[in-house]
Amino acid sequence: MSNGLQGIVVSHAQLAEAMVAAVGEITGQRDALLPVTNEGCSRARLADRLTQAIGTRPAVVFVDLPGGSCLQAALAYLRGHRDVAVVAGVNLAMLVDFVYHRELTPAAAAQRAGDVGGRAVRVVE
Amino acid sequence: MTLSLVRVDDRLIHGQVVVGWGHALGAKQLVLVDDEVSTNQWERDIHRVGVPPDMAIEFLSVEQAAQRVPQWEASSSRTIVVLGEIAAAVRLCELAPQIKRVNLGGIHQAPGRRQRLPYVFMTDNEAGALASLVARGVEITAQDVPTARAVPLKELA
Repeated sequence: MSNGLQGIVVSHAQLAEAMVAAVGEITGQRDALLPVTNEGCSRARLADRLTQAIGTRPAVVFVDLPGGSCLQAALAYLRGHRDVAVVAGVNLAMLVDFVYHRELTPAAAAQRAGDVGGRAVRVVE
Repeated sequence: MTLSLVRVDDRLIHGQVVVGWGHALGAKQLVLVDDEVSTNQWERDIHRVGVPPDMAIEFLSVEQAAQRVPQWEASSSRTIVVLGEIAAAVRLCELAPQIKRVNLGGIHQAPGRRQRLPYVFMTDNEAGALASLVARGVEITAQDVPTARAVPLKELA
């Protein structure tokens, strides 16, 4: 599994770190996801953090909100890299599923994450 | 006054601006003032992604924005103006003396800058340029979100 897709979670404050830790607790897999926070970052600094986290691997970048600095950084990176896909509106369900499907292409994994994450949001009565 | 906020924030359009300040002020109009972004279609598209459908956004250069300030002041719709650089804010205030308040919302680490608050870093030259605006009657405070205390420039030495 360690040679599969890399997941990067980009968020405000410490949300990404907490989500990555939670996925590790649930799945026992701790190498599939890396957290990146925008805390204290200008746009340029956040772009640097994201670039460093992704490295040279194919990756899916999970962003907390469907707008704002985290998504902007991810989209800016996406512009110059074909082996990266971006999913906005990350939730724990999609991350847990992602770690078991890292053999997919970035685009397919991102599509799957969107589907799984969307289905996980429900009103429970 | 319906030019509700003139903010310096190097993240430009992001959550604190759209959600935090946008909700608190009831702003329906967002203006990103940046000479580079205003001429770059791709950059404009990136920034549009984060703007909710009930909020309008415009992209203007500093000079274009200065010409529009009287219109925003006279409008019944509340407007938030965001600039990424202190120098641009200083230029805008010089060109549009109607602006009497500037909010420092997020100015992050860069070479030569010194930390003044967790979210405000400035060079001495930048602080001096802002101080010259204060001397001309512009109120300058640092405040990242509406619920935080507005910290006057003189406390950011």
